[in-house]
Amino acid sequence: MLEYLEILGGEIYKILFLLVPILVSVAMIVWLDRRVWGMVQKRKGPNVVGPFGLLQTLADALKYIFKEIIIPASANKAVFILAPIVTMTLALVAWAVIPMSEDLVLSDINVGVLYLFAVSSLGVYGIIMGGWASNSKYPFLGAIRSAAQMVSYEVSIGIIIINVLLCVGSLNLKDIVLAQKEIWYVIPLFPMFIIFFISSLAETNRPPFDLPEAEAELVAGYQTEYSGMMYAMFWLGEYANILLMCAMGSILFLGGWLPVIDIYPINLIPAPIWMILKILFLFFLFALIKAIVPRYRYDQLMRLGWKIFLPFSLIYLVLTASFLFYFDKLPKGNF
Amino acid sequence: MLAHSIFFYFFSIIAIFSSLMVITSRSTVNSVFFLILDFISVGCLFIMVGAEFLGMIILIVYVGAVAVLFLFVVMMLNVAEQKQSWFIGKKSTHIPIGLIVSLLILLELLVVVGGWKYKDDLMTSSTLSVSNISNTHQIGLVMYTDYILYFQLAGIILLLSMIGAILLTFRQRIGVKKQSYFNQISRNPSSSIELKDVESNKGVKIDD
Repeated sequence: MLEYLEILGGEIYKILFLLVPILVSVAMIVWLDRRVWGMVQKRKGPNVVGPFGLLQTLADALKYIFKEIIIPASANKAVFILAPIVTMTLALVAWAVIPMSEDLVLSDINVGVLYLFAVSSLGVYGIIMGGWASNSKYPFLGAIRSAAQMVSYEVSIGIIIINVLLCVGSLNLKDIVLAQKEIWYVIPLFPMFIIFFISSLAETNRPPFDLPEAEAELVAGYQTEYSGMMYAMFWLGEYANILLMCAMGSILFLGGWLPVIDIYPINLIPAPIWMILKILFLFFLFALIKAIVPRYRYDQLMRLGWKIFLPFSLIYLVLTASFLFYFDKLPKGNF
Repeated sequence: MLAHSIFFYFFSIIAIFSSLMVITSRSTVNSVFFLILDFISVGCLFIMVGAEFLGMIILIVYVGAVAVLFLFVVMMLNVAEQKQSWFIGKKSTHIPIGLIVSLLILLELLVVVGGWKYKDDLMTSSTLSVSNISNTHQIGLVMYTDYILYFQLAGIILLLSMIGAILLTFRQRIGVKKQSYFNQISRNPSSSIELKDVESNKGVKIDD
């Protein structure tokens, strides 16, 4: 019995060691997002609280904590409370398999990519539950929009992942990164990287695909009825999801923790730093796009997903497979 | 093994409880939520026996896609809470048909499960010789070699049902204005802007 407790204690220690940095970096990334947005629009952005405004998110979070949580009288209470919890949990639970370096990973499972894909496809539940349980027009419309959007963009993300898996021959995230030692997949699979990036914008409901919370049409979409800490949890979950998609993109295409070039002074920089830099780079692109691209119309969004991305990534999949087969480059595996 | 069995009982109790709640819950939305819980715990059970690929596929396909659509439909239709007319004794036309169908399914299940035999040569397929590889690799090895026919057949059945569903709901709508991106982008000022001199007190007649 004591051994179990010891193992449990060790695991909890490791989980905390992973979760606390993620929560802190989510707070920092919200700040970065707003700063980049401000820079593009020639504003200063949040720069008052703390040095460079770094503590702005902390101040916001404190404000949310001390606000009252209002539950609408006609809402389905259980589901209403469960929705932000689901969003937040799913956004954090996926980080268990993200490798920050060769041995810095919480659980190194065989089907890491599938796990990530499964968790990110479950993310839609938080939004649907929140929208439905609010029992109000705008949240419901937002929830319906986001469910349709996330389900359709997941399909093309799945096919893009298959493209990468064909080149690697393993579902393990560590193997995927190590297979990119020769060349990062962003070079041979460049069109897939672009489509993955745009699909991950849609998957996380970021602008230009932020239709579920289009403030001009739907007030705030599925979050309209939420207040205080519950709103903050939706918000944290959303940003943790964005970070997760950035991490996924850097593992699948940008070579994870591998240095840019493997020569002497550059490869001295430790692996987790490279990983963080790549995640930050992708997030910087996310933030830029939020500032410079106008919002899509809903039918344009659906057309882009089903009529352009899906056929294109399918054709590219066939192309990749035939190329690998013809030049006898298909991964053989170690068995 | 203690932790293993604790987890096993935990997931299986949740699975059984939630599958009971699916059929007894009054609100349809709640029963879909319990269905999702059921899928998740079954997926966890699969992962516990070492079939991690199957477990993840259940999570992705059933929970991530199928149940989302269920939930979608149930929420959109706003089905009124089910009255328990079964016990009150109201005449319902659905019950006899439902009984017949469920009886048929029960019979079929009995036939299938009754005739179940573990294949002796399960592991002696033409491609599977090494057994210390992960089960995702094993599935990959046999799916496109030994079971290619069944795999493709399943795919074709899915394709057919998809075509059927599209055909059932498809209707040609007349008079819908559609945006043509190509025409829109290939417009230029010379073809779409016209300069006219306007005489005073006359105005311009724009033909349209």
